[in-house]
Amino acid sequence: MSEKQKLNLNRVSMPKQKPEARVHNFSEVALGYTQEQAREEASRCIQCKNPKCMEGCPVGIDIPGFIKAIAEDDLPRAARILKDKNSLPGICGRVCPQETQCEMTCVLAKKGSPIAIGRLERYVADWEQSHPKAIEQRKENVKPSSKKVAVIGSGPAGLTCAADLAKLGHEVTIMEALHVTGGVLTYGIPEFRLPKEIVRREVNYVASLGVKIKLDNVIGKISTVDELLQNGYDAVFLAPGAGAPMFLNIPGENLSGVYSANEFLTRTNLMKAYLFPQYDTPIQVGQRVAVFGGGNVAMDASRCALRLGAKEVYIIYRRSEVEMPARAEERENAKEEGVIFKLLSNPKRFIGNEQGRVTSVELYEMELGEPDESGRRRPIPRPGSEFIMDIDIAIPALGTKPNPIIPSSTAGLELTKWGTVKTDEATGRTSKARVWCGGDMATGSATVISAMGAARRAANDIHAFLTSREG
Amino acid sequence: MYQILAREDLSTGIHLFRIKAPEVARKARPGQFVIVRNGEEGERIPLTIADWNTEEGSVTIVFMEVGTTSKKLARLKTGDYLTNFVGPLGQPTEIEKFGTVVCVAGGFAIATIVPIARAMKKAGNKVISIMGFRTKDLVFWEDRLGSVSDDLIITTDDGSYKRKGLVTEPLKELLQDGGVNRVIAIGPTIMMKFCSLTSKPFGIKTIVSLNPIMVDGTGMCGCCRVIVGNETKFACVDGPDFDGHEVDWDLLINRQRTYLKEEKQSLELWEKSISS
Repeated sequence: MSEKQKLNLNRVSMPKQKPEARVHNFSEVALGYTQEQAREEASRCIQCKNPKCMEGCPVGIDIPGFIKAIAEDDLPRAARILKDKNSLPGICGRVCPQETQCEMTCVLAKKGSPIAIGRLERYVADWEQSHPKAIEQRKENVKPSSKKVAVIGSGPAGLTCAADLAKLGHEVTIMEALHVTGGVLTYGIPEFRLPKEIVRREVNYVASLGVKIKLDNVIGKISTVDELLQNGYDAVFLAPGAGAPMFLNIPGENLSGVYSANEFLTRTNLMKAYLFPQYDTPIQVGQRVAVFGGGNVAMDASRCALRLGAKEVYIIYRRSEVEMPARAEERENAKEEGVIFKLLSNPKRFIGNEQGRVTSVELYEMELGEPDESGRRRPIPRPGSEFIMDIDIAIPALGTKPNPIIPSSTAGLELTKWGTVKTDEATGRTSKARVWCGGDMATGSATVISAMGAARRAANDIHAFLTSREG
Repeated sequence: MYQILAREDLSTGIHLFRIKAPEVARKARPGQFVIVRNGEEGERIPLTIADWNTEEGSVTIVFMEVGTTSKKLARLKTGDYLTNFVGPLGQPTEIEKFGTVVCVAGGFAIATIVPIARAMKKAGNKVISIMGFRTKDLVFWEDRLGSVSDDLIITTDDGSYKRKGLVTEPLKELLQDGGVNRVIAIGPTIMMKFCSLTSKPFGIKTIVSLNPIMVDGTGMCGCCRVIVGNETKFACVDGPDFDGHEVDWDLLINRQRTYLKEEKQSLELWEKSISS
């Protein structure tokens, strides 16, 4: 049989909860492969000599290697290969945009469906969780370096940098501002897309490498970066994320019932408001909810609103669906669940009642003009197209910018005009000696995996610095 | 976990906790706040720092029983633990030598104003304090605020102790007499609003400590947004202190009332659960 005849261009689909059932619960939507399904999917991989998929992976996982191990039913080996480059495989398997990374560059993508690398990664991570002893014996014999590193933030970038540095023998402490670890993985991404149990176990893995974690530590307040450097830390890695929400800046935006997506998701995910009144933090959804924006966060917020009991949930986006930054998979999930996409519409103002509560939004219609600097067609308002839509809750989901607490308390830390920390992309170095930065704080809102890639590069540079004469 | 080193009941429904939190104590300044969470199902609430002791490594908070969270807090005893204690957050109160400073406080905010009055006095100001209560039984810390003030005026709404009336009346008289360089007003929102309205015609800068609903308290969610001087600010990172003459008070009051229904539901459920 020739190589061509063997090619199977159809991927094995992954079971999901049915839309009509899942819209009433916060349990995970995607259910994961069975061993048979994983083996079948893994067997589609043609084991390229020069694997293109790896070029698309920011953390450089040996993708053909772990897939081969699955095909051969050697799951401990698959897990070891994954963990070698990625401390957070259960998270990445679920939330990485594989379609624009490893799966985009897979050679099968030219002819049919690329290998479902993300689903296989998730499968191996979940298998390892149910077989905790499988790869434990491989504890590297690292010599302690006696160097101390403070990592600010326990999101994807912080966890990756901390794990890498701990594996190299450095003493690492993560400072987390919130009462739970995980950063955006915990407060932002909903339970039904990324169960918090998965985050907890992958954080536990990082802790098992010897990383210390201090919760309730707002750096810039309880200690400044300079105080950390003066008090025994040899290097600081800034990974606090881009946690400050952006608003539309239109009239009525401070009415009650207008939530930033960050607030809506934080109440839901971090504070478990969907279990109110058993949990003390309340949330409101009413009957009609309008979410503004077209990214993954807008999809998350709209799907949470449905699960919290809203009758009609709209995504209001000023361009067309083609220009939406949200992953195709998330758009499909949202639509299947009944989220209504109101495209080419933009809000002008919010209108409230005497109690200061939002009751409606005035929208106008848009049309698409010539492409703008982002390459997407620029939306232009259609004159005289204004109309009023009644709503109970409004959720602007327009992205986030860096939180000002660290920049304003750290002398000598240069910022860009967007408020992000000026950072050398290859090394993560900032303008301040002994301070590195990675993740959204350096780039503005981006993906989990790009933050992890930046953290890996910074960890390498921090290690080089600590083991050099200057360190 | 953060241990309660001591609990004191200051007056009906008003309690003080001294919390073991050495790192917070080291950095605390007048006017800052902490976020407190009690239990794994608890919400995050902001409480202003009432005092701190770097030697003991403790931070003092004072709170009033209002809803479920504060009533649950009030059941904790000396030796118990708070689940989370985050701080010091927010900007400290601006302390310098202004001349004569009038410190006005209502209800449990007396505890908050003491370190501010003390710092103002230490900075060389003449400090005149006004404390207001609904009734005599609620009065506390007359001696403490008195000891850091050159003058102390006490009002009760019902006249059961000292002067009858609201804090705005002596405030207005002091402003009319002249010589006041700054007013600090801390207490219920309505009190801060009326103190600001009282001082506005005199053009004396009046600093208030706003208390909107918060979640994270670190600038992440925007729940605490307020309008000051026509600009949206986050009270948790830009405040909590603001110029009272510039605050959109009606917006603040409306936003504070967002969850009245849920607060009532939660409290009824909790009261039922402890009575059974």
